[in-house]
Amino acid sequence: MSPDHALLTNDERALFEYSMLKRHRLEEQFENLEQQTHAASTGMWVFLGTEVMFFGTLFTGLAIYRFLYGTAFEHASVELNWIIGGINTIVLLVSSGTIVLALHFARADRSRVAAWLLIVTALLGLLFLGLKGYEYYDDYDQQLIPGWTFDEHDWIDRGLTAEQVPHVQLFLVFYWVMTAFHALHVTIGIAAVAIVAALAWRGHFSSTYYAPVDVLALYWHFVDVVWIFLLPMLYLEGTHALAAG
Amino acid sequence: MSTALLEPAPAFVPRPAQRSTYLNVAHGVMSWLLTKDHKRIALMFLAVITVMFFIGGFAISIARLNLLSPEGGLVEADTYNRLFTLHGVIMVWFFLVPVVPSVLGNFCLPMMIGAKDLAMPRLNLLSFYLYLLGAAWTLFAMLAGGVDTGWTFYTPYSTHSSHYNVVPTMIGIVVAGFSSMATGINFVVTTHWMRAPGLTWFRLPIFVWTLYATSLILLLATPVLAMALLLVAIERLWQIGIFDPALGGDVLLFQHLFWFYSHPAVYVMILPGMGIVSEIIPCFARKKLFGYTFVAYSSFGIAALGFLVWSHHMFVAGISAYSALIFSSLSFLVAVPSAIKVFNWTATLFRGSIAFETPMLFALGFVALFTAGGLTGLFLASLGIDMHVHDTYFVIAHFHFIMVGGMVMAYMGGLHYWWPKITGRLYSRFWSRLCAIIIFVGFFLTFLPQFVVGYNGMPRRYHKYVPEFQLWNVLSTAGASILGVGYVMPLLYLPLGFKYGKLAGPNPWRATGLEWQTPSPPPKDNFDQTPIVVRDPYLYHLDKAQNEP
Repeated sequence: MSPDHALLTNDERALFEYSMLKRHRLEEQFENLEQQTHAASTGMWVFLGTEVMFFGTLFTGLAIYRFLYGTAFEHASVELNWIIGGINTIVLLVSSGTIVLALHFARADRSRVAAWLLIVTALLGLLFLGLKGYEYYDDYDQQLIPGWTFDEHDWIDRGLTAEQVPHVQLFLVFYWVMTAFHALHVTIGIAAVAIVAALAWRGHFSSTYYAPVDVLALYWHFVDVVWIFLLPMLYLEGTHALAAG
Repeated sequence: MSTALLEPAPAFVPRPAQRSTYLNVAHGVMSWLLTKDHKRIALMFLAVITVMFFIGGFAISIARLNLLSPEGGLVEADTYNRLFTLHGVIMVWFFLVPVVPSVLGNFCLPMMIGAKDLAMPRLNLLSFYLYLLGAAWTLFAMLAGGVDTGWTFYTPYSTHSSHYNVVPTMIGIVVAGFSSMATGINFVVTTHWMRAPGLTWFRLPIFVWTLYATSLILLLATPVLAMALLLVAIERLWQIGIFDPALGGDVLLFQHLFWFYSHPAVYVMILPGMGIVSEIIPCFARKKLFGYTFVAYSSFGIAALGFLVWSHHMFVAGISAYSALIFSSLSFLVAVPSAIKVFNWTATLFRGSIAFETPMLFALGFVALFTAGGLTGLFLASLGIDMHVHDTYFVIAHFHFIMVGGMVMAYMGGLHYWWPKITGRLYSRFWSRLCAIIIFVGFFLTFLPQFVVGYNGMPRRYHKYVPEFQLWNVLSTAGASILGVGYVMPLLYLPLGFKYGKLAGPNPWRATGLEWQTPSPPPKDNFDQTPIVVRDPYLYHLDKAQNEP
């Protein structure tokens, strides 16, 4: 694989080694590509640990208030559009499938296929955001935005007491903060997928160098998993109240 | 002797300036601002953090002068509130949390593990700019209007009552928090994957262990603070209840979230200091660090227990008696790993051949003051006494013994220990040792009286007090002036040493760490060849020849 070093001058040897470095995209602080790949992957896992704490804080707050104010939270949850929430779950799960396939083909030296799969992933991400945006508009129509459009009397008509109405607001605050924070993650993910797709199109990745796709897939899965928790915590917790009438 | 005389003088002695170092490898402002070299980034951090330290110190100096008289006539009560908030916010988030990881950790960690750089140099530079942005933004928010909530941002005061720049200040803090997390990720990855061949986990210097533990705390705690502050900002901006009891929220939830970050953050501040002291004491006692494994594991003990004690800040806030009991017991447990470290340092000193060089003076000061601060922490962990001294100057004195007496002493020790490595030159031995003594004396005089007034009931954060406390407050202010002199001194002799000091050579302290086996100042890539490690750390009991590379 390497030319006979003994036959080369120092300059030629240096040039050759430099070109090999460029080809394998080895950063200068690393000894070899394996070390670099491990470092990137560990870095993403550690970052996802911090993400667990970000979302964990909100989930904890939601869980505590859910425990304290069950009735109001159930009533509020029923008003959310669980059908769009459910469709979005499927959209994200499929996109996780496509990004895993993209990683597989990037590692199999089939860059163009990987690029197409990444494009599909990004489009599914956009579809998710589009549906979410439509749902937000629907929420606006139904006056579900505390601090902006929110009518206390609506909720008293639905059978809640005046003391319980602020608890509905509390649920909606968590709904907005959590879904918006999640949507922000999806948006960042789409941008990153688009960049990596462009690199893949140009044949940037190979069986030896695929760390960015690997790391990006980890991130994308994480965002997907957060949604898997958001769906029951926000959309489904009130459905049994609905069934009970 | 005769051979020495006959030996011909070398015809040409290369001067250090001609050797390529990280300082002279590139010139110009942009070569610094866009550098990816961890050593240069560390120096940029040093410059900005030093500025922040003196701004935070200046704010509290005025507050301290105000306390000279019981009437507190120097500044208005409102100004006083903004001064101590400025002091708290700057010192906690823009000095104590980042200072050792971002300056000394950044400079030393790659060299201590025999690496060319951190695993993610660009992320490291980003960390610096996030810190700079957060610092500038917070400073602007706090000077143009100010904040009067105290550094704790307790609701509902921060969400409903305060009329000042609460939200902008919190945004700056969150931005700086991202800087901490970036550094944390970098350190964890670097420690895992960048160690030199042969450098197993139990050959790592303790400073590396403590930086690793610190990074874990930063990574797991900072997001919680960021989210808590975000929720406060939302509540303040839209006046919707998240923590407001009138709207069904719970103020205690904010306190739980806040202290879930802020108590572990205390260990972020002290753990790297413990690491520095574990480097300095064996070196200047010429002995192997006693109980290496215990010292290493106790860092993780402190980090883990640190996450389980946050509610001891809330004993009088209305948490249940059972909850208080459990948190009180857990708080006592933190004393165990801390004591393990203190006993091991003491055992290292025992029958050592101790040299009272500047770093050693700071390290010994650390051990004394940290022990005093830690033991008074046990007073506060016990429920009955905490009821009595909660929110008094007793608490102030306790945590300043840890933060200032402990961490700042350790940081100064580390700065003096590695300064010859950073600059390649020695500083004035006389002035630096004098500085260490002045800081120690000034510190004691500032904070010892505060235990007394606090125990007698003087509450914190008040700009006036009853006349019987005046003597103690005058003593405290006098001590603060001495402390101030001590802090200004290194600003003079350290830069002078950089310019005119004697050449340090690669290893002025005859220390064993890998960072001392490369020239001072180090070349850009730290080592000419990747070192291969075949020995345990701290083998100071071996003779000199065996410790040469």
